[in-house]
Amino acid sequence: MATETVVDEIAPPRRPRGRKRSLWGERIVEWFLTLNGFVAIAAILLIFLFLFKEGVQAFQTISPGRFIQTTELDFDNVPRTVRMWQPVSTNPKYSLVPLVLGSFLVALPATLIATLLGVATGIYLAEVAGKRTREIVKPGIELMAGVPSVVIGFFCLATLATLVQDAFGTTFRLNAFVGALGVCFVIVPVIATMTDDALRAVPGYLREGALALGANRWETILRVVVPAAASGLTASILLGMGRALGETMIVLMATGNAAQVTLNPFESVRTMTATIAAELGAVPQGGEQYRALFLVGSVLFAFTFGVNLLAEMAVSRMRKRLAL
Amino acid sequence: MSRPVLLATPRSSRPPDPGANPAKVSFQAMSFSYRERKALSRVTLEVPEKRVTAIIGPSGCGKSTLIKSINRIAEVGTQVTVEGRVELEGRDIYAPGTDLVDLRRRVGMLFQKPNPFPKTIFENVAFGPRIHGSAGATDLEAVVEKSLRQAALWEEVRDRLHSPALELSGGQQQRLCLARVLAVDPEVILMDEPCSALDPISTARIEELIEELRQSYTVVIVTHNMQQAARVSDRTAFLLNGELVEVGETEKIFTNPSDRRTEDYITGRFG
Amino acid sequence: MKRRLAQILALSALRGIALAVLLTTLLMLASIAIGGASSISWEFLTAEPVEGMTRGGIFPAIFGTVCITLLMIVLALPLGVCAAIYMVEYAGNSVLSRVIRASVNNLAGVPSIVFGLFGVGFFVLFVGRSLDKVRGGGLLFGQPAMLWAAATLAVLVLPVIIVNTAEALTAVPRSHREASFALGATRWQTIRRVVLPQARSGILTGSILSISRGAGETAPILFTGCAYFLPRLPLVHLEIPFTGLSVPMVNPLDQFMELSYHIFIMATQSTDAAATRPIQYGTTLVLVGLTFLLNISAIFLRVRYRRALEAR
Repeated sequence: MATETVVDEIAPPRRPRGRKRSLWGERIVEWFLTLNGFVAIAAILLIFLFLFKEGVQAFQTISPGRFIQTTELDFDNVPRTVRMWQPVSTNPKYSLVPLVLGSFLVALPATLIATLLGVATGIYLAEVAGKRTREIVKPGIELMAGVPSVVIGFFCLATLATLVQDAFGTTFRLNAFVGALGVCFVIVPVIATMTDDALRAVPGYLREGALALGANRWETILRVVVPAAASGLTASILLGMGRALGETMIVLMATGNAAQVTLNPFESVRTMTATIAAELGAVPQGGEQYRALFLVGSVLFAFTFGVNLLAEMAVSRMRKRLAL
Repeated sequence: MSRPVLLATPRSSRPPDPGANPAKVSFQAMSFSYRERKALSRVTLEVPEKRVTAIIGPSGCGKSTLIKSINRIAEVGTQVTVEGRVELEGRDIYAPGTDLVDLRRRVGMLFQKPNPFPKTIFENVAFGPRIHGSAGATDLEAVVEKSLRQAALWEEVRDRLHSPALELSGGQQQRLCLARVLAVDPEVILMDEPCSALDPISTARIEELIEELRQSYTVVIVTHNMQQAARVSDRTAFLLNGELVEVGETEKIFTNPSDRRTEDYITGRFG
Repeated sequence: MKRRLAQILALSALRGIALAVLLTTLLMLASIAIGGASSISWEFLTAEPVEGMTRGGIFPAIFGTVCITLLMIVLALPLGVCAAIYMVEYAGNSVLSRVIRASVNNLAGVPSIVFGLFGVGFFVLFVGRSLDKVRGGGLLFGQPAMLWAAATLAVLVLPVIIVNTAEALTAVPRSHREASFALGATRWQTIRRVVLPQARSGILTGSILSISRGAGETAPILFTGCAYFLPRLPLVHLEIPFTGLSVPMVNPLDQFMELSYHIFIMATQSTDAAATRPIQYGTTLVLVGLTFLLNISAIFLRVRYRRALEAR
C-alpha cells in the first residue's frame, strides 16, 4: 500500500479537461513559431524582390548599353565615348564602370592587406597564444569589430588621410588607398576570427602526429594545420572581400567621391555604395536616376551575394574534408 | 589451488635469453604527473634494444602516459611534472636543453586511431624526410617506396601514390602511418594500441609487421589485448594504477607470474 | 639550427602582427579620445546644439539614438527569438532548417546600404504608402519616420539575434529536454519552462550586441528617418482624458536625430568643418564610448555564462 502512494506522487498531474485546451494552445504556438521561422527567408526574398523590381525598371528609359558607356560631344563637337556616372546633367550618363572599378579599387587592396594581417592574427590566436593571452586578445579583436564604421570613417577623414598624404606625397588627400586602409579595420577582425575558428576545428591528433614525427611547432602549423584548414581560410578571405565591397560609410567619408575611371589607388574614386548613399536622398522618387540607383544596388547585391555563396561552398567543403 | 590454463603459448621462434640485450630506453624511478593528477609512480623499467616490449594493464593504469613520455608527446598542450629519469641510450631525455625535435625523430609513434594527414599518400610518407631535410628530390621517391615496402603497403598503393590518403581503409591507413614513421629512420617505435580500431585481418597484418620490425628497431607496444601481447612481445610489463607491478619475459609473465595482481589481471578477475 | 631559427622568426612575426593590429586600433581610439575629451561635459550631453552646431550639446542625438535602438530591439527581438526557437526546436536537422540557416547567413552578408534601399523601397514607399491609402488621409506613413528606420535596423540585426539565440538553445543539453518529455510535458511547455530559461544569457548577449550594432549603423537610416537638425525632440503629448494632463510619448512617426548620422553629416557637410571639429570629436567619443560599453558587457556576460556552464 505504501508503494502505491509513492507511485501516485511522482506521476504527472492528470488534467483530463484541460488537456484539449492545452493541445489547441500548443498548435497555435507551433503555428506562430513556424511563421516566425520563415522571417529570415522572407526578409532575404523581399530584399531581392524590391531591389530588382525597381532596378529592372531602370531599363525602361535607359538602354543596357548606356550602363557601360555613352557618346557625347566634346568641346569641338566631335563625338567620343565616355564612361562616366553623371546622372545630373543635360546628357545624363549612367556608366557603371567607374563605380564598379571604384568599389574594387578599394576592396581589393583592403582585402589583400587585411588577409596578411588577419590570417597572421588568426594563426597567432589559434596556435601560438597561451590560454591567458588568448583571453585578452580574442575579446580585443571582438571589440575592434564593434567599432562603428562611421567612427572609422571619421578617423580616416580627420587623421589618417593627412598621415598618408605626408607619407606618400599624394595629390589627393582623400583617395581609394585611404579608404582601403579604413576598410581594413573592418575586415581584419572578420578574417582573424574565422581563421581562428577554422584552425581550431583541425583535430588535435593531426598535430600530435606531426609533432611525433619530429616536426617543430612552426612546421606543424605551416605544413599540417594550415593546409588542413585551407577551405576555412579561403572562406574567411572571401567573406572579408564581401564585407569590403559592401562597406558604405568609410568609403563615403574617405575616398573623395569622384566618379572616374582609374586604376591608380591614390586618386579619388566613387564606389557603388557611396553613390547610392550620396544620391538617394536627393533624387525625386520614381524618376530615372532613382531607378538607376536601385540598379546599382542590385549589381552590388549580386556581387556580394556571389562572393558569399562561394564562401559558403568553401565552408561546406572544409566540413566534409575534416569529417572523414 | 589449480592454476587455470593461461593464455595460448607465445611464439616459439624467439631468440634465447631476450633480456640480455642492452637497454635502449630505461626508466629510473620515474614519476609523472599531469596538472593535479599523478599518472605514474616510481616506475623502473628497462626496454631492451631490438626487442618487442609490451605494456599491459587495465584502463587508466597509465600505459599511454608511459609510452607517450618516451617521445615526450604526453606533455604537449599541458603542464606536467616529471621526477626521476628516463634515458635513451644512457642520456636523460628530460634534461633541460634536450632537443625535442631530434628525440621525436629517433622515437617514432603509431597512434591508436590512424591519423594520416589530409594529403596524398606520397605526401604523408614524404613529410618526415622533407622536414628533416634528409633526402633530395629523387632520393625522396626511393625513401617513400622503401618505407611503403617495409610497411607492406607498396603493392597496394604503388599506382595511386598521389591520391588522398583518407581514401584508404582503416588498416591501410595504419600501415601508411607506420610507413610515415619508418621514413624518418627512427630507432625506437612506440605503438599505442595500434590495432584497437582495426578489424582482425588488418590486426594480423600489423602483428606480422611487428615481427619483422623487431629485427631492426626497438618496439614498445601498449595493448589491452593480452593475447596480442603474448603473441608479439618478448618482454611484458604489467602496470596497475601508475605502478609497475611486474616485468619479465613474456612467456613467464603469462604462464607463471610472480605477483598475485598480475595473475588476477591475466586470468580476468578484474580489468 | 636553421629550422629552429625559422621557427623563432615565424612565431615572433606572428606575435608582432597580432600586437600591431591591436595597437593600431588602440591608437585610433586614443586619437578620438584625445580629440574629443575637451568637448565632453555635462552640458554637452544634455543641451541642444546651437549656433550651427559649433556650440551647445548633442542631447537630441543621444535621445534619438536611444529611441531608435529601443524601438529596433522591440521589433527584432521577438521575431528573432521565435525564428531561432523554430529553427532549433521544431525544424531540427531538416532541409528547411538548413535553408533558414542559409538565409540567415546571407542576410548577414547584405551590405548596409542595400538595407537602406530596402528600407526606402519597402517600408517607406510600399508599406507606408499602402497604409496611407487604406487610411484615406494625406501623407502620414509614407514618409521617412523613426518607425521605418527602426524596422530597417531590425531586419539588419535579425541575424545577430537569431544566431546568438540558436547557439544558446543548442547549448542546452538534450537530456534536459528528454527528461521533460518523459514527465509528460508538451514541446512548448518544455521550451518555455526548461530550455528558454537556460538560454537567457545567450539571448541577452545577442540583444546587447544587436543594440550596439544598431547604434553604430548609419547607412540604413540615412534616408529612412534621420535628420541633421530638428527644432524639437520626436515627442508627442498625449492627453489623458478627464484630467487635463498630458504625457510626453515618443512619436514613432516623427523624424529624429541620431549620433552616427550626426557625426557623418557634421564631418562631411557642415558649413564650417574646422569650427565644428571639436564637437565632431566629442560626438564620436560619445558614440565610441557607448558601443564600447555595450560590447564589453556582452563579452563579460558571455564569459560568465561559459564559466557557469563549465561549473555545471
